[in-house]
Amino acid sequence: MMGELRELYQEVIFDHNRNPRNFRVMADANRRVEGFNPLCGDRLTLYLKVEDGTIKDASFQGQGCAISTASVSLMTELIKGQTEQEAEELFEVLHKIITSQDEAVNLEELGKLAVLAGVREYPARVKCATLAWHTLVAALKNDRDTVTTE
Amino acid sequence: MTSATQQAPMLSMYDTSYDVKRIRADFPILQETVRGKPLVYLDNAATAQKPNAVIDCISHFYRHDYANVHRGIHTLSERATAAYEGARAKVQRFINAASEKEIVFVRGTTEAINLVVRTYGQAVLKAGDEILITAMEHHSNIVPWQMLCRETGAVLKVAPINRKGELLLGDFEKLLSNRTALVAVAHMSNALGTINPVDEIIHLAHARAIPILLDGAQAIPHMPVDVQALDCDFYAFSGHKLYGPSGIGVLYAKSEHLEAMPPYQGGGDMIRRVTFEETEYNTVPFKFEAGTPNIADAVALGATVDYLNEIGMKAIAAHEHQLLQYATERAHEIAGLTLIGTAEHKGAILSFVLDRVHPHDIGTVLDHFGIAIRAGHHCAMPVMDFFGVPATARASFAMYNTFEEIDRLMEGIEQVIEVFG
Ligand SMILES: Cc1ncc(COP(=O)(O)O)c(C=O)c1O
Repeated sequence: MMGELRELYQEVIFDHNRNPRNFRVMADANRRVEGFNPLCGDRLTLYLKVEDGTIKDASFQGQGCAISTASVSLMTELIKGQTEQEAEELFEVLHKIITSQDEAVNLEELGKLAVLAGVREYPARVKCATLAWHTLVAALKNDRDTVTTE
Repeated sequence: MTSATQQAPMLSMYDTSYDVKRIRADFPILQETVRGKPLVYLDNAATAQKPNAVIDCISHFYRHDYANVHRGIHTLSERATAAYEGARAKVQRFINAASEKEIVFVRGTTEAINLVVRTYGQAVLKAGDEILITAMEHHSNIVPWQMLCRETGAVLKVAPINRKGELLLGDFEKLLSNRTALVAVAHMSNALGTINPVDEIIHLAHARAIPILLDGAQAIPHMPVDVQALDCDFYAFSGHKLYGPSGIGVLYAKSEHLEAMPPYQGGGDMIRRVTFEETEYNTVPFKFEAGTPNIADAVALGATVDYLNEIGMKAIAAHEHQLLQYATERAHEIAGLTLIGTAEHKGAILSFVLDRVHPHDIGTVLDHFGIAIRAGHHCAMPVMDFFGVPATARASFAMYNTFEEIDRLMEGIEQVIEVFG
């Protein structure tokens, strides 16, 4: 597979797509929000256990493309143990990664999420990468409705 | 991957006398390269590309003949009016309507259906009445009816389909009753490719004096359509899927309906005489064309029809039928590929899913090889729900596609599987 495509579909993405982390229903979740991408019809359900402003546990269910599955899988790994504010800041980092055309953005500083950087060459796929995160923001606001990427 | 030697004998079974090379030369965009590869355009069900005849017509019209229609006595206005009304006559002949008056220019299929909903539908529908559609409709033949039902207390009924994506005609018939005010059915499904048995459907509806609307958005580019032979009451289609301009489409309706229907929008051109107390409406079809219409694109739709007549819709249908047959055979050879929509009677649409690869990823990888397909729900979410998939990948073929392009599609799909396997 050639260059640019390899940038998008990095090994880490394939790995998370094949073996999504935290892919389960959480019986004792205290936040449960559905995310919906009307563009492609993808749906995911995000489960969180939030105690004293800290995300103790995160999991998800649903079906999506490799980019959205990898994004949500990575996200559940990264936010576990974080405060709500830290998690929201992480979304800003992701946003910077996938919308920035600035070569100067230092991917290494962006940590594990840098594997999603290839998405910026594919504007049609940005919503695949952000669905999980829009859902997270809604869950942290304790918004019970279905959220969409629109 | 299938080798070239295996493909050759298969291909030789097909009649290749249709001069697809000559046709391709008429479509300048087909010379484009995408990501360094020659474009393979297989998203024709979303919209078709345009031949020089259409592109040049628009340019010529704006350069030489453009003015407003139906209102000037100067030469250009007369020329523009003649071209605009000339296009109406060409469309009339193309679908064999009984009269030019039965051709209403609109923006596209969506507006044509909404026009019927807001005029005919609003006038006749009462609480408890039923509108009957099918389970394979495009959102544009669901949502406007749903909105009207909500307002009037009428009920939207949906005739079911089987796992092949075929309408269950027996169930359809059982859903017809003396409460059914109108039947609205896709002539051909955009998500599945199914061509509905419209002759039987119309016969069943008319036997109970129920009028019928056909959504012809997908059918019109793929087969000859004769609205008098069909005897449908309404037929809606878009210019842009027929190799014509976007922003122009057609509502065909029988004169008797158009005469009885209240106007759609109010404004200029749709009136005969206006005072502040009342307005006398114009004759049909002008009663339904308020304001300055999309003049140039209507004229170019006329040029589109001329172009298609030269090649012949029967020849186009025969070529596409072979493409679909070849693509279906090739698709069957690919392990892990499932076709969604396997009706006996099908138009040139290949909707499919792959094990473990989401349609969006298929779309992105194929794009990398210069192949344009559609990945998504195709504005038919209820169809996706029925087949239990969030989306499908859809390759849709047109008059200018080739067997070689289908080979490239299949090679592309093999690559997708290799990458994600
Ligand atoms: C079956 C069918 N009906 C209606 C439409 C809507 O057509 P338009 O968007 O041109 O109004 C489409 C287009 O996708 C279609 O495929």
